[in-house]
Amino acid sequence: MNWQAVLSIYRYEMNRTFRTLAQSIVSPVLSTVLYFVVFGTAIGQRIDTVDGIPYGAFIVPGLVMLTLLQQSVTNASFGIYFPKFIGTIYELLSAPISFIEIVIGYVGAAATKALMIAAIILITSTFFVDLTIAHPVFMIMFLVLTSVSFALMGFIIGIWAGNFEQLQLIPLLVITPLVFLGGAFYSITMLPPGWQAVSLFNPVVYLISGFRWSFFGLADVPVGLSILAISVFLAACLTAIWWIFRSGWRIKP
Amino acid sequence: MAAIISIQDLAKTYEGGFEALKGVSLEIEEGEILALLGPNGAGKTTLISIICGLVSPSSGSVSVGGHDILHAYRAAREMIGLVPQEITIEPFEKVINTVRFSRGLFGKRRDDAHIEKVLRALSLWDKRDSRNRELSGGMKRRVLIAKALSHEPRVLFLDEPTAGVDVTLRREMWELVRQLRAEGVTIILTTHYIEEAEEMADRIGVIDHGRLLLVEEKAKLLHQLGRKELVLELTEPLPELPSPLEGFELQRSEDGMRLVYEFDAHAESTGMTRLLGAVAEAKLSLKDLTTQQSSLEDVFLTLVEEGRTGK
Ligand SMILES: Nc1ncnc2c1ncn2[C@@H]1O[C@H](COP(=O)(O)OP(=O)(O)OP(=O)(O)O)[C@@H](O)[C@H]1O
Ligand SMILES: [Mg+2]
Repeated sequence: MNWQAVLSIYRYEMNRTFRTLAQSIVSPVLSTVLYFVVFGTAIGQRIDTVDGIPYGAFIVPGLVMLTLLQQSVTNASFGIYFPKFIGTIYELLSAPISFIEIVIGYVGAAATKALMIAAIILITSTFFVDLTIAHPVFMIMFLVLTSVSFALMGFIIGIWAGNFEQLQLIPLLVITPLVFLGGAFYSITMLPPGWQAVSLFNPVVYLISGFRWSFFGLADVPVGLSILAISVFLAACLTAIWWIFRSGWRIKP
Repeated sequence: MAAIISIQDLAKTYEGGFEALKGVSLEIEEGEILALLGPNGAGKTTLISIICGLVSPSSGSVSVGGHDILHAYRAAREMIGLVPQEITIEPFEKVINTVRFSRGLFGKRRDDAHIEKVLRALSLWDKRDSRNRELSGGMKRRVLIAKALSHEPRVLFLDEPTAGVDVTLRREMWELVRQLRAEGVTIILTTHYIEEAEEMADRIGVIDHGRLLLVEEKAKLLHQLGRKELVLELTEPLPELPSPLEGFELQRSEDGMRLVYEFDAHAESTGMTRLLGAVAEAKLSLKDLTTQQSSLEDVFLTLVEEGRTGK
């Protein structure tokens, strides 16, 4: 392993993040505050508690997940798309590094940034609601696994994308709806049975359920299933990336 | 001298079926400066890109320092520095960080002294804290060179290093290339400019349409260039060579109006006096007498022309 290279990519990417840190943080924090105001305050007056948890606190894990997913995907997809777009990818391809090192560097940096922002949002939310975390170790595990696997997915999107529109297409068209329909702001047990069944096909349901369980000890689906789901997703992304680099798809003519 | 890069029957067909390289074999010797000369679309960049890992070969093999570029890519690439043809540079980063980054990618420890040396050699030291986008085109190209030199490569590829570079800078660049060669670095450069190849290279390779038409020591090429032609235009057609002119290896044109004598301008005796004596003896009447010298450009154009007509 060329760890020096991994570290260089990671540092370079983090450097890029810190250059635009203010923008990177302001917008997710602002939208989280808005969500609290709209969902927590407006809806919270009608829904008092969900499964015995105050509504304001109930939506926190969903909000954190929403931001974590969006951030992981966009950071990673932009991180690799940019060198491809401006041509500096030549340097990665001509360096004595394997795809594993490239991926660790880029995905690691994207996941780190997403986790930083998730942490900021979690801290912001404590200004609005009282939070207790029942299983902190699992909480961190869920955060890390989720950010890494979605950063991997973002990496794939970044390699696939041929223009900036395509780059934004998936996060906008797929991730955000899946999160909203994935029980970020409600428990899927609140849905009619038919929709509950449909929801089980939404992978994000397993993420949010498991993550929420780490806070309140309550879950829509068994926790084991959540961990399994995210592991399968992680494995699928890794396989796709392995194939991309082996075949040179969209990077090597 | 031993070959540091060995290319065997290398071919590349791009997706869509275009054959950019049609079986190129070439040995590049350690420590030499090789200039690859060829018109637009000849396949120069494709050749370099395959060696450096940017393009996958369709068939054939390449080894660098004895390491196969596919199976031992790490060892092979560690030896190589690449300056691409297009200026591709991260616009928002500082010059020094971009150069440090390249060194890191090649697995080398941070070495500020070396980076300083490289930046100074390229007159970029004063610009080290500027953002890349604040640089002029020529400076950006030098940053690319600095990046390629940051990890102390033993082989340096310069893909049209002097395109868009002013005369002074070009001189400086050539100076740098010579200095690198003195340090033992093998240099492969591509160019459209024959003078550049003439000025810099130890050997010159001519590529066109994906084929290597020739690789020759520059000195030898120049020797061939030393050849001159004496053209004798006659007032009357000459059906056959008169006997005094036999033994001069004269070429007679089809209509018999012209005789061409080839000689080495650098040679002690060109044989010209004898020839003229013989012409007088044969009582030929001359209309005109000219000498022509072929330039590297002529050689190049002839080669490319021959390559195209499939000769
Ligand atoms: N990615 C690609 N896909 C398809 N064809 C390509 C690709 N890259 C290059 N080609 C084609 O291959 C041929 C050789 O291109 P190459 O860039 O190697 O030429 P070159 O000798 O470097 O030319 P120049 O002097 O203009 O830089 C050209 O006809 C070009 O159109
Ligand atoms: Mg080229």
